Amino acid sequence: MTSVSSMVDPVIFKTTLNSLWTKASAKSITITVPRTRLETKVFELDHRVTSVFPESGLLIFIGFVLGGIVWGANNVQTFTLTPTVFFFYLLPQIILDTGYFMPNKLFFSNLGAILIYAVIGTCWNAAAVGISMWGCYLGGAMGDLNIGLLQFLLYGSLLSAVDPVAVIAVFEEVHVNEVLFILVFGESLLNDGVTVVLYNVCDAFVSLGAANIDAVQIIRGIISFFVVAFGGALVGVVFAILLSLLTRYTKNIQIIEAGFIFVLGYLSYLTAEMLSLSAILSITFCGVCCQKYINANMDERSVITVRYVMKVFANGSETMIFVFLGITAIDKAIWVWNTGFILLTIFFILVYRVMGVFFLTWILNKYRLVPISLIDQVVMSYGGLRGAVAYGLAVMLNEKKIPEKNLMISTTLIVIYFTVILQGITMKPLVQWLKVKRAEHSDLKLVEKVNNRAFEHLLCAVEDICGQIGDNWWTRGWNRFEEKYISWLLMKPKSRKTRDYLFGIFHKLNLEDAMNYVSEGERRGSLAFLRGNDDAQVDFKKKFGKDIEDVMPDIMVDTEHVPMSSILQDTIPSVSLDLHEQDSQGKMEGDAHNLLQQHLYRSRKQHHHKYSRSNFSINQNEDEVQEIFQRTMRSRLESFKSAKMGVAPGKIITKHPQKERQQKMANGNPTNRSKSHPYGDEDFEFSVSEGDSASGGEGATAGGYSFRLPPYTVGAGIENPAFMPEMDTPHPMRPPPWRSEPEMDVTVAPSQRAQRRLPWTPSQIHRLVPLRVSTRSEDSFVMADVLSPEEEPKDPPPGQDGSRM
Amino acid sequence: MVIRTDSPVAAAASPTPRDTLCPILSLANNMGASQSEHEFKDLAERTGFSLDQIKNLHQRFKWLTNHQETLRQEDFEKVSHLSLNPIKGQIVKAFFDKRNFGKHEVGLVEEIGFEEFLMVMSHFKLPNKKLTDEDTEDVRTEKLRFLFNMHDTDNDGTITLEEYRHLVEKLLSTCETLEQDTSLAIADAAMLEVARITVGHMEPHEVYEGITFEQFQQILKGVQIETKMNVRFLQMDTTTMRCGK
Repeated sequence: MTSVSSMVDPVIFKTTLNSLWTKASAKSITITVPRTRLETKVFELDHRVTSVFPESGLLIFIGFVLGGIVWGANNVQTFTLTPTVFFFYLLPQIILDTGYFMPNKLFFSNLGAILIYAVIGTCWNAAAVGISMWGCYLGGAMGDLNIGLLQFLLYGSLLSAVDPVAVIAVFEEVHVNEVLFILVFGESLLNDGVTVVLYNVCDAFVSLGAANIDAVQIIRGIISFFVVAFGGALVGVVFAILLSLLTRYTKNIQIIEAGFIFVLGYLSYLTAEMLSLSAILSITFCGVCCQKYINANMDERSVITVRYVMKVFANGSETMIFVFLGITAIDKAIWVWNTGFILLTIFFILVYRVMGVFFLTWILNKYRLVPISLIDQVVMSYGGLRGAVAYGLAVMLNEKKIPEKNLMISTTLIVIYFTVILQGITMKPLVQWLKVKRAEHSDLKLVEKVNNRAFEHLLCAVEDICGQIGDNWWTRGWNRFEEKYISWLLMKPKSRKTRDYLFGIFHKLNLEDAMNYVSEGERRGSLAFLRGNDDAQVDFKKKFGKDIEDVMPDIMVDTEHVPMSSILQDTIPSVSLDLHEQDSQGKMEGDAHNLLQQHLYRSRKQHHHKYSRSNFSINQNEDEVQEIFQRTMRSRLESFKSAKMGVAPGKIITKHPQKERQQKMANGNPTNRSKSHPYGDEDFEFSVSEGDSASGGEGATAGGYSFRLPPYTVGAGIENPAFMPEMDTPHPMRPPPWRSEPEMDVTVAPSQRAQRRLPWTPSQIHRLVPLRVSTRSEDSFVMADVLSPEEEPKDPPPGQDGSRM
Repeated sequence: MVIRTDSPVAAAASPTPRDTLCPILSLANNMGASQSEHEFKDLAERTGFSLDQIKNLHQRFKWLTNHQETLRQEDFEKVSHLSLNPIKGQIVKAFFDKRNFGKHEVGLVEEIGFEEFLMVMSHFKLPNKKLTDEDTEDVRTEKLRFLFNMHDTDNDGTITLEEYRHLVEKLLSTCETLEQDTSLAIADAAMLEVARITVGHMEPHEVYEGITFEQFQQILKGVQIETKMNVRFLQMDTTTMRCGK
């Protein structure tokens, strides 16, 4: 029951807030008006504000404002962040998100350092703060309080943890180098677990009472510490294995496979909590361990879904947490002010953090191959932000056992505000001023990955040659083991194939290309539609469908029957795809209106969705991505063959003998052609026939055209040679079935048909053409550069075409 | 024994049984101790290795060469783990490449002495502390140069497409499910990327010859190679441990 009510909490909160808002504004218009003005000003300043102010701090301020409104209306704070809501409904998804998106390699290669900071550093913080506070209390610095040493230790332990939510919020905006980031971030993640354990141990001690604690109890506490921490991590790993195994078998229920990640992740959290193990560590390790396998096992779409949903959840709860932290503050009931206590707490927290970091780094640097620099240490110690976990723990304190609970809560809140807001604001200038090595934000670069791979092997080899067992040796050993056994167990056999990292990147780039291609095509298609006359337009569309169809069978000879319509359907929905229909219509001409109507009708029919709860997409049986991919592979192969055999690749962009003829004809009549093509597809033709012996003399003219056109920079998003022209060599022996027709016939029909075979599609698909071996002068990928602008499917209208003949 | 660090297979396969090797080894050490001590100090100054590291590496060198003065390519066969390395050939070649000896010469040699061995190894040494920015840049360039030379197998100053394809093919050869075309495609994609990043737009008549060293630097400028291309060389003298085994 409680869970339900707390789940609903935010919703109620919002609705009540609205009603309150109206109430308040009705009450005192004079007050609310300036406030709203101020707010709008703040939002106008938004981008400037957020560049200085961390988002988390801003959210806290919004919380203040909201809390103030509630308080003003009710004179009592109705909405507070209760530990149950925080620990069960807001925290898990944030931690799962961080675990799932953890840069694993970085994390594990720095795991030693992270563990030392997280375990020893946190214990040190807790103990030092607790004991120093106690000392100061005995010295009389904070007046008369009812607190003993154990309570101080408990207090220290709840304040000891660096908070992942706060750290992510601040460090995400300051792009520090990756090692520094993973150290701070990893520490904050793991020490949450440590803090909770410490807190529980101290809490148990407090309940026992100082008198009853003996050596056995202390030893028990220490043991339980390890049991809780490692047990939690183990639960997480177990759930990660379950999750990976589960996603192996979700091929037929892709709709819900994304849901498993969340359900099982949350389940690992709850299970660990139920077993009194560290729930945070559990869900962290669940995310960290399963990411690789579930990403490989699940469908591409499910992976994207998981990513987005994960981010939405995490960002949502993060926002809520900070807003609630602000709202909570506007409550008279919790505030107990004790200047000495508060100032000393802040002072000790800062000082001991610095001391802890510097001391531990000093030790670590003796063993680290690449030492952590002084500047990084400063940033690390300054990055000790406290957050909602501390607050949640403080609220959980038992008032009966700790009489000064409210003082602790209010101090915790002040510490949070101090660290999140003040340190958060100053973090960026500090990082700039210290010239901390920043992270270079680079895109997905294939070269870099290839080089990295070579580089890893090199380091490994040098270690081998020196006969030393170093880090690389262990990494490699683990990788072998993982590849052999773990992947075998947890990964689909099918995805194991494509699991290679380099291949994965390549695949991603290809996907990107495919997307670009589709959107480009759509954009151009629609533009042409607006501009062109009906006849040409309809032709184009028909041709589009036809042309791909023409190209496809050749490419996919050995793939199983692939539904062509699925591709086309997705790219240009309004194209008529029924090939047989189209063929029968081939001779029919002129009546564009009629054609258009039919197309529209048909396309609507094809897009008929049927409702199904477990089936989402129209083309289920074969992914178009897969197709494009295979096409890529095949065409690559062709191109290399030709390049190797010394055949000039330029000649064979044409796919069909028909096309070749057509081009030749066009080339035979160059002046006419250049005049009669209003859309400038001459260049295209040039490229098609460039290597052709018949058109050899024309290179210069055609080249001239190509220069005239706006250069297509390769950098415009397509950076992959995967898409390149079909490199089939023409089959001059095979006479085209309609061969005699077009030359003689001046009517529109045959030319229309011929047009359909104009090879714009291949070049459109394959924007990037292979690199040539350097001996060739005409570079085909350069050619692709020039070609791209007019690969637009603007074919001459039939009339013109006919006249050209 | 040094062999200890290798797999048992290597130990079994190595021509000299342990028991006979050990006395010879120590004998050789004793004999050469006085003269080589001086030599080592000299080397330490030039390469930046500590004396202990040099001694360790010398032991290893001796083991690799079967107590010969020079190291040949075949000697690397002894390192059993190396056979699993997909780009083994290139790495081994780097040891015999004059460009890596720091003497501004080019070409391959048949066999190398201990000094050359050390010179090559010194590319993987952690830079001594307290580097100025300029020094860091130098270290970086030097390390990158080594990498570049490793890829540029024919010494012509550019990594051509052929060389790159070869590299990628080797790199992906461990993954048996990938076809050769894929690796070629990847190599080409990568090469094209380099062209795009470094040259930008190319005119039709231009041809991308291959990656030059400057371009190589440019691509890898985001990678902090000076902190990554390091191997931990043992400081500790493990001679006693070895023979005690």
